[in-house]
Order: sequence, then C-alpha cells, then structure tokens
Amino acid sequence: MLVHSKSGRWAAWGLFGLLFLPLFALPLLVVVAASFSTHWSGAFPSGPTTENYAAAVRGESLQALTTSLVTAVAASLLALAVGTWAALAAATLKKRGKRLMDALFMLPVAVPSVVVGLAVLVAFSRPPVLLNGTGSIVVLAHTVLVTAFAHQSVSAAIVRLDPAYEQAAASLGARPAYVLWRVELPLLLPSLTAAAGLCFALSMGELSATMMLYPPDWMPLPVRIFTATDRGSLFTGSAVAVVLMAATLLVLLAVSRVRTRASYR
Amino acid sequence: MSGIRFDGVSVAYGGNTVLDSLDLTVEPGEVMALLGPSGSGKTTALRAVAGFVRPVGGRVLIGDRDVTALPPHKRGIGMVVQQYALFPHMRVEDNVAFGLKAQKAPRAEIPGRVAEALEMTGMAAYAGRYPRELSGGQQQRVAIARALAIRPGVLLLDEPLSALDAQLRSGMLAELARLHRELPDVSILYVTHDQVEALTLADRIAVMDRAGLQDCGTPQELYRAPRTEFTASFVGNANLLPVTVAEDGAVFEGRALTLDRGRAAPGSTATLCVRPHLLGLGAGPNALSGTIAEVQWRGSTHRLYVDVGGHRVKADLPELRETPALGDRVTLHFEPRDAVLLGAGVSDG
Repeated sequence: MLVHSKSGRWAAWGLFGLLFLPLFALPLLVVVAASFSTHWSGAFPSGPTTENYAAAVRGESLQALTTSLVTAVAASLLALAVGTWAALAAATLKKRGKRLMDALFMLPVAVPSVVVGLAVLVAFSRPPVLLNGTGSIVVLAHTVLVTAFAHQSVSAAIVRLDPAYEQAAASLGARPAYVLWRVELPLLLPSLTAAAGLCFALSMGELSATMMLYPPDWMPLPVRIFTATDRGSLFTGSAVAVVLMAATLLVLLAVSRVRTRASYR
Repeated sequence: MSGIRFDGVSVAYGGNTVLDSLDLTVEPGEVMALLGPSGSGKTTALRAVAGFVRPVGGRVLIGDRDVTALPPHKRGIGMVVQQYALFPHMRVEDNVAFGLKAQKAPRAEIPGRVAEALEMTGMAAYAGRYPRELSGGQQQRVAIARALAIRPGVLLLDEPLSALDAQLRSGMLAELARLHRELPDVSILYVTHDQVEALTLADRIAVMDRAGLQDCGTPQELYRAPRTEFTASFVGNANLLPVTVAEDGAVFEGRALTLDRGRAAPGSTATLCVRPHLLGLGAGPNALSGTIAEVQWRGSTHRLYVDVGGHRVKADLPELRETPALGDRVTLHFEPRDAVLLGAGVSDG
C-alpha cells in the first residue's frame, strides 16, 4: 500500500467506493433489481416477483442458454487448440515471423466484430463450405473472435517457460512429442485453463457478430436478451441477463478451481 | 564405454565466434573439467555435446559415433545443469523415471532402476516429494539421480554446484567424487569457473579462455608447470614477474635468480611464475627484498604483499608470530625448483 496513515487509507477506500460503485456495481445491481420487478416507473422498481425467472429458465430461454453454453465450450476448446498450436509453432520462429503471427491472430480483434460476422457469413454462404443456417457458423465465428486471446495468453506463458525443462527432457532421451505432452503442456496448464476461461466468457457475451449469423434454431442467450428487450420485455430480459451472468461466473469459478490445482509453482 | 571427442568444433552466433575450432578428447571413464571465466566458451562446448547448439564447423563424437547432426534425444547423454531443471509437476520418483519411460525401458525394470539411482544419491527417502519441497542440495541430488538412471555413457555437468552455498558445495564435491568411483565407466565433462572444483574432481583440466582451449593437462601439471600466464593465474594463485632469461636462470629487476631455464633461450624475455605459498620469509636462495605494502591475516596463514622493484609480490606464509608492519623491509626467497618460466623464446640448445 502506498498510503500509510489510517485516515488516508479510509479516504482511499472511500474514493474507490465512490468511483467503483456507480461505474461497475450499480448497473449490474439495477439489472438484478429489474429482474425481480413487474414494472419500474418511480425511483424504485415495484414487485418483487420471481415470474421473470420462471420465464427465463424454460422454453426458448432455456434453449438459448444451452445453445450459448454449447457454443462457448466448443468455441473456446477450438480456440485453445488452434491458439496453443500456433503459439508453440511461433515460439520456434524468428522475431519477424513471430510478429507476423501475432498480428494475424490479433486481426479479428482489431476488426469490428460485426465485420467479422459479415465476413464469415459471406465466406460460408455458398458451396463448397456451406455453413449458413447451421449452428456451426456461430461456433466458427466465435472461434475466430476468441482465438486471439488464447494465442496471446499461451504465447506469453511459453516465453516465460524455462527452456531448461525442454532441454533436460531431451537430454534424457525424450522425443519432442513426448516432451510436449509430458513436460511442456502440463507446465502450461495454468495458462491454458486461464485462456479457456477467458475465451468462454467472451464467447458467452458475444452479440454483434452473432446477430449477423445466427440461424433461427441456434439463438444464443445474448441474442435472446436483445430480442426480449427490443420487444419491450425489459424485465424478462433482465432475468435472462442475470441467468447469463450466473452461468458464466459459475463456469469461470469451476475453471479457476482447476487452475489452482494445476499451478505447481 | 564411450569418451567424447571434439574435432575442430566451432560455434558462432550471428558472426560472433563463441567457440573457435576446439580439439579435445575426453577418454572413456575420465573426468574432464572445462575451466574458464564466463564467456570463455566452456558452456558452449558442453552444449555442443548435448546437441543444444549446432556447430558451424567440426565434429563431435561420443564413443566412435559422430553425433554432430543428431538431435539431443538420440545422443545417449545424461546432463545436470546449474538450475537443476527438475520437472515441478512430477514427484521425485517420476522425475527420475522420466528418462526411462521416455526411452521405453521395460516397465518392470523401471522401479528398480529408479530406486537404485535414488539410493546412489542418498535421496531414497524423498521419492514421494515434489521438487518444491526439497532444498537446493537435495534438488541437485535428484537431478543427478535423474541423469544417472538412464545409465548414460557420458555425463555432462554444467556448473552443477554453483547455486549451492559453500558448505554444501564441498559436501557435494565429495559426493560426486564418490559417484565417479562407483561408476568408473562414465565419462564426465564438468564445466566450472571454480578452480577448486576442477582441481578436486578432474582427472584432467582443459583451461578455456576467449572461445578457445588455452591449456590441458592433469591438475598437478597445470598447477606446477602451467604453460601460459592465463593458466598460471586462473589455476591457483600466481606471482607473474617479467624477467630476462640468463644462462643459469633469469634476471629480475637486476637481481640474478637461479632456476632451471629448461629450453628457454638466454637473452629472451619471459615471465617468471612462482606460487605465493612457495615463497619463504627471510634470507635464502633467490632472495627478493622489498617493502611491505599490505598484510592480511587469513586464520592459518598470513598473506603479505611486498613491493619488489616496482612489482607487487604475494606471499602466503604459515601464521606469523610477529607480524611485519607496513613499510618494513623484508626478504622473500624461493627454491629454484619451485619457479617456472613462461612465454620465453625457445632455444634449440
């Protein structure tokens, strides 16, 4: 802590509360409050009711939750595989090659995601690879969008990985594939799970590219929230949003538990 | 049994030569120390044997096999590095078993060989621990056990003791010497910048400096009769004095000294090397008189710095009853057989 006096510390906490609460916590609290309301015309919402939640966990909403979870799990696993592979390959390249790889993977992040959505839509709307109208086009777009983060996070971990481990393993007679499987990947596991968690969270919340692509039978939760609020069902939308938050946080919590068990140093 | 041979091995990084055509043979079962300051090329030489650097010229042979183009995992070496590099996610026994599993040793054999290697390094009681639960010295023993478990013909040790404190280091030195007695067939290449480690452990020492081999010989040879000034000053302490070679010895600052000039040509300039502990205080043969510049008490010895004719001479003497004071005039002397002439012109006579 930079602040040493007791009163100074209280002041710092006060300032933090003043800035943090309105900026970060309040909007979320408003959504939670709205999810329990029947209508909201004065300073406080009226209610409370659990009817919005009853609607949020059945029928179309439940299906959207499943769709979101399946999409996010599939996209983050794909992104993790592709990103890790690319990061491992890039580690053997020279500086210029590494930069090129980094730039290539960051491209979908730098480009607005609506554009990525449109690009994927145009590219896969015709044979030979006709994905338009299927759920896999959503998974594909999400994978393209989140791979950058998997690649970045694993690349950073590989740089920190002491080459002495790989060399010790090789000197003991281990083939490169054996070294990768038994030494490098286990040592990278904490970063891999962190990357998976990040990709999952990003995919769960993706809206703009998804809007360009989603077929009627593959509507993820953010789209459901958007359409609900767009139709004026603000309180049902809020309840669905809270379900989305809770589901994402639960999965991240589970992932973080794997991470703590996987960190050795 | 397999030795190691460097056959004109050169290594360069981006035009910068870090090892310049090294020729050196480690006999089967021999302990060869590569001794030199940092940047002398000694670690590069070891890494060329391990396969982690690709020479730009020359060949590396292990036994009779040219391994220059082989990847590290096909070379049949054991290696221990300064930072141990134990796999942090594996228990001690799994670390030691790693090489055996990687090389697909028969499954039934593995536990026995792991136990044997751990027994040999005194780590059998720690088989179930993780590396982070061990001290530095224990980690080093596990690293050695891991390298020995695969029964390598060649063991490469890269500054294995430099991360340990002084007391542990001398204990581990004795351990390494014992291990080598138990495994007389293993050739050991031992990289160090510490002359005590090299003198204690090595059958022969290769002295390296500025990317090349300066000198090579048994510790006794290098200590008693170094061939270069670099060897003289790097292996043990040395007084190096400029002299002119004479018929029956040498002349230092106008003083005639008697010593065996060997094949040095009379009249040529040379460097006289005499070890500080071989100098005596008081009159005697080859007397050097001068004034005391500094006195250091080192417990069992006194180190005197004496200015003789503009040169500072170091003398290590058994603890003195009466310590000379700064500025006192004293006389040092040495036996003719205790001095060596370096870098003189050679005569045919």
